[in-house]
Amino acid sequence: MTASVGGGASFRLLLGARARRVRWWVRALMGEDAYDKYVLHHEMYAPDAAHPLMTEREFWRDQTDRQDQNPQGRCC
Amino acid sequence: MGARSRLNTSIPDESQALQRIPHDLAVAVDPDDLEAHDRNWTPLKIAIWAAISLLGGLSWVMLAVVRGETVNAIWFVFAAICTYLIGYRFYSNYIEKHLLKPDDRRATPAEYKADGKDFAATDRRVLFGHHFAAIAGAGPLVGPVLAAQMGFLPGTIWIIVGVVFAGAVQDYLVLYFSMRRGGRSLGQMARDELGVIGGTAALIATLVIMVIIVAILALVVTNALAESPWGVFSVGMTIPIALFMGCYLRFLRPGKITEISIIGFVLLLAAIIGGGAVAGTEWGTALFTLDKVTIAWGIIIYGFIAAILPVWLLLAPRDYLSTFMKVGTIGMLAVAIIIIRPEITAPAVSEFAANGAGPVVSGNLFPFLFVTIACGALSGFHALIASGTTPKLIQKERQTRFIGYGGMLMESFVAIMALVAALSIDRGLYFAMNSPAALTGGTIEGAVAFVNGLGMTGVNINTDLLAQTAKDVGEATIVSRTGGAPTLAVGLAHIMQQLVGGPAMMSFWYHFAIMFEALFILTAVDAGTRVARFMMQDSLGNFFPKFKETSWRPGAWVATAIMVAAWGAVLIMGVTDPLGGINTLFPLFGIANQLLAAIALAVCMAIVAKRGLFKYLWVVALPLGFASVITIYASFLKIFSTVPGIGYFAQNRAFSAALADGKTSFGTAPSVEAMEAVVRNTMVQGVLSIVFVVLTIIVIITTIQATIRAYRKHSNATSEDAAVQSKIFAPAGFVMTPPEKKLQAEWDAVPVGKRPKTAGH
Repeated sequence: MTASVGGGASFRLLLGARARRVRWWVRALMGEDAYDKYVLHHEMYAPDAAHPLMTEREFWRDQTDRQDQNPQGRCC
Repeated sequence: MGARSRLNTSIPDESQALQRIPHDLAVAVDPDDLEAHDRNWTPLKIAIWAAISLLGGLSWVMLAVVRGETVNAIWFVFAAICTYLIGYRFYSNYIEKHLLKPDDRRATPAEYKADGKDFAATDRRVLFGHHFAAIAGAGPLVGPVLAAQMGFLPGTIWIIVGVVFAGAVQDYLVLYFSMRRGGRSLGQMARDELGVIGGTAALIATLVIMVIIVAILALVVTNALAESPWGVFSVGMTIPIALFMGCYLRFLRPGKITEISIIGFVLLLAAIIGGGAVAGTEWGTALFTLDKVTIAWGIIIYGFIAAILPVWLLLAPRDYLSTFMKVGTIGMLAVAIIIIRPEITAPAVSEFAANGAGPVVSGNLFPFLFVTIACGALSGFHALIASGTTPKLIQKERQTRFIGYGGMLMESFVAIMALVAALSIDRGLYFAMNSPAALTGGTIEGAVAFVNGLGMTGVNINTDLLAQTAKDVGEATIVSRTGGAPTLAVGLAHIMQQLVGGPAMMSFWYHFAIMFEALFILTAVDAGTRVARFMMQDSLGNFFPKFKETSWRPGAWVATAIMVAAWGAVLIMGVTDPLGGINTLFPLFGIANQLLAAIALAVCMAIVAKRGLFKYLWVVALPLGFASVITIYASFLKIFSTVPGIGYFAQNRAFSAALADGKTSFGTAPSVEAMEAVVRNTMVQGVLSIVFVVLTIIVIITTIQATIRAYRKHSNATSEDAAVQSKIFAPAGFVMTPPEKKLQAEWDAVPVGKRPKTAGH
């Protein structure tokens, strides 16, 4: 009985890990992790006065504004 | 640590100066280890590849040799997947080893130009999805459907073999070469490699081809929505849904993309279901039943507004929705085909392959099959994506094979599924749906008479089948719904309803499929107009410098208006064409796309020649030669053929002569106005064909010149960016190989904070 409980728990753990992987992939595929990546990049280089860290809201605005200036093709 | 013990062994390369191991950790698996793993044929590995080869071979035999009454769709799936696996494992490996020689010690632009925004190293599995979503659209779904008139075999062979030797090679090479050049665009590379004349011709060709491609995609969606109140309502609803999503992301919860995409998807389903209810009411039918011309104008106005609105409001949210739908629906269709395994009743090769008299798209198998199916086998448009966004995101050089070559194999698989879906419907129904209204008269009686009159063996339809199918999918009629999208939707609905919902769900699935295709197409129309507008502004800027300022509003509007007018004119021409539209214009789409492929491959060949790799030049020369022969031959037929059904000018002469004789109706044109329209349209189409083929010949000639020059000079020049030492490691393929696992474990053992900083700024 303990074995089956343990099995269930590890199975759930495995399922949890899988679900996290799927969640990570979907988030990244949709580009939702862009801000996290930006912050990480920013932290690596000491922020200077010319490039202060953008807030999340500023970042997303800046992102779509950059797309306005630099449109990306979508294929047929 | 095998990598550390054998330092600087081989790779006689310009990048010899790069260290194999910066800091304490290797950033690349030792090439000797890779080679050893590659050549280590364990019994298990041999058994697996033998099984793949046998299954693949058996599937091809089932498709090509065994001729029963029907053939099961599962053989298409196996033939495709096994051939892809073999092509990927062996051919792309050969290209990697001999032609491209990626070096993981070199930093990619995502690493050395990292800015945390446009240049950002992205996990290979994520980037694969990104790249696939960017390259796969309506093209691989439409072309195979139209080519199904020639039987299932020619299209299947071209899609599967073509991708291995042509399409995937092009994508892989362009991605790799662009990555080695800091993510430079195809146009810039053409100028660098081919000089001013070749480069300018390539640029103009790209612009004109883009206009044609956008126009014909818009024509496909117009044909799918005409006289369909349900479709018009549900596809129309995507606009307010996208606007809502855009505002949500801008003002309410910035960055919550997955969340809003799910909300958007639910709203989309509601719009599809709501569309059925609306179309069922009297006011709904009255309000949303629109003819082709009205819809075409709607798309033109929409296209202009969408291209000048800020990206966040419409384009970006619809792009999220489209990615979500694309990946989800294609996965769903694959699962459904494998579970349902529909039987295909179409002949392997139909009479239209040889006599060229098919009503769907005219012309013989050679060369017209190869231009009808462009996307899925070889698509030049991909070169614009592979030299745009993707190379700026790639983490390690060796990943280009998985993303470039592998991504295109995935698109090819989408094309195979579209072919299977189109073939799984009744053959007579297929012709009733895809023959132009000029031939069927647009009525079920006319369609029955026309299709049965084609004299195809085993094809005998009746009015009940056509009426019932229309009723099942919730449309007023399905006769002459050309363009491929409605046929695919019927095929998809036919397969999906067996899995979920039964016949009662048929209409839902049909409109789900229409919505799915319309989403891609509208995104492609909008994005294509924007990209073309920037190219236009750049060109106009040479004469009126003010146009180069992309933020100058009037300039943006003028350039957008010019581009929209250009594709809008072709679209209007297509919808009003008395000869049918799709059957006369679709070859132009395929030719344009393949000519762009020829241009992209030409640029690749010049690069390979300049590096002095003449021994392996054939890898590029083979697809380039094939694409050039096919497209130039097809263009010549379109220009010079004396058969009116094929040659634009022959058709033009026939109708001009009829007008001169004072006839008031000729062929399928019932009036003098219609005859005049044919004269006008065929002239425009013929002139466009001439423009394409001349530009492409210029590019190919300049390439051959560059290649010969390189050969005479024993060139080993390169236009690549200087090598920069990489400081990160990541595996190359979807699954890690044992040597990669070993190195990855070493990296994983280092605490995150202690890992070397990546280069950048």
